[in-house]
Amino acid sequence: MKLEDLAGRCGEWLRGSGPESDIVISSRIRLARNLADFPFIRQCDDKDRGAIERTLCDAVHDEKRLADVTYVDVNDLPSVDRQFLVERQLISRELADAHGPRGVAINEGEKFSLMINEEDHLRIQVMNSGLDLKSTWEDINRIDDLIEEHVTYAFHDDLGYLTACPTNVGTGMRVSVMLHLPALVITRQIEKVFRSLQKINLAVRGLYGEGSQAMGDFYQISNQITLGRSEDELITQVAEVIPAMIDYERKAREFLIKESQTDLHDKISRDYGTLCSAQKISSEETMMLLSSVRMGVNLGLIKDIEIPVINQLFIHTQPAHLQKLRGTELDTANRNKERALYLQQHLKRETDGEAEHN
Amino acid sequence: MALRCQKCEKPATFHITELTGDKPEELHLCEECARIYLSKDDQPQEPTSPTLAGVLAQQLKIGQTAKDLQRLDQQACPACGITFYEFRQQGRLGCPHDYICFANELEPLIVNIHGEMKHVGKRPKRVHSSTDARTELIRMRRDMQDAVEQEDYERASELRDQIRKFEQQQGDQ
Repeated sequence: MKLEDLAGRCGEWLRGSGPESDIVISSRIRLARNLADFPFIRQCDDKDRGAIERTLCDAVHDEKRLADVTYVDVNDLPSVDRQFLVERQLISRELADAHGPRGVAINEGEKFSLMINEEDHLRIQVMNSGLDLKSTWEDINRIDDLIEEHVTYAFHDDLGYLTACPTNVGTGMRVSVMLHLPALVITRQIEKVFRSLQKINLAVRGLYGEGSQAMGDFYQISNQITLGRSEDELITQVAEVIPAMIDYERKAREFLIKESQTDLHDKISRDYGTLCSAQKISSEETMMLLSSVRMGVNLGLIKDIEIPVINQLFIHTQPAHLQKLRGTELDTANRNKERALYLQQHLKRETDGEAEHN
Repeated sequence: MALRCQKCEKPATFHITELTGDKPEELHLCEECARIYLSKDDQPQEPTSPTLAGVLAQQLKIGQTAKDLQRLDQQACPACGITFYEFRQQGRLGCPHDYICFANELEPLIVNIHGEMKHVGKRPKRVHSSTDARTELIRMRRDMQDAVEQEDYERASELRDQIRKFEQQQGDQ
């Protein structure tokens, strides 16, 4: 598998299918694990990191039931490729920006990735489109069991899985559901909703996790607590609030349609028009406009484009993807021109009725 | 060219004159930045979930004299060598044994973050050797590296043999 082969595809998390997929983008679970006989990453020199990388790579390689896995040595990658993996949510920004031996094992369908030498020795992550935490947990639990047959995890009888940061100790589990909430943003209810989630110990993050801005009105809701509750309880805690979030967003959309359909239709159509005809455009503006158009399609206000195409544009217009797809490095100004061109080509082709659906 | 927002690149649509400072200040912001700016003052921030840094700072303020703190900070983990001070600075522990050697200091922190001290979730399926044995291995590896750095190759090779023997024993279990 080459990174170039991934570029043309959409990846699992933006496939745009699965239950409630007009609002729920993806379900994701990650587990933090450490090898028992090495220090945590901050106390590791490059030799330790190399040994951890080899131990875990061997475990993955020897485990025949983990089929179709490719290991990418992140330490060797040019920065555009590291950024590319971040944009696809296969690695974290922290792993991209770190130093020394580190990498990621990615499975063929991009449903799971295994980050090595991030904040913890191993971070297992499983993603599914739409709202599907149950099978996400089944998948990740199985992968965790398979790897554990080859290595010894740092585990404490009372404290559970030991992690570099005490905020992850216990289950080492973070359950996240990514939602598209443009109407709650427009009606300015989003902060109120988030404050109430924080009161019940749920965290809200932007598209690319901790500290990232909520680009394109995408928000991740995840558990804050990792100790003292079972994995099932933590999943339930997150899963329970999602129907309410979907309901709030739907109500906000209904409100917008009822109170100001003409204004909303006008705004969304203008946003669509900008995407189709801009001559240069930043990735932030693209995300914002695509978000608006995505809601327009889901509300039936825009009929000549389909959700999978928009989802694909969300990822293909990001800086590293654009450069990969164009096969050349581009500075910001040239990227903005190429991005506008790319949008014109793909949106126009769509409206001409010659769409290629992935 | 249209005026750009002072905080981002978007066109500025809100023009605010701030009168609360020493002299009036002109602000040109886009809708989003303006909303953030305007909501900052009149909406008291409700307490959010505790962050690690916040909890650490709070914990250390209560009931600890400077002397206590100094003593606490100098405690070092026998396995990885990290001091409690270094943990406080970076918020990351140095090795699994830190959870044991800093247990007293970490307990209030963990209770504050998670509200619990007892793991009730998944457990590794394999019987794993005691944490003490693992700690010993981490310590031996560190000693071996120190020996190499000090060019004490005799000691280093002794330790290497010990580590090998130890790993084999673990593997046999």
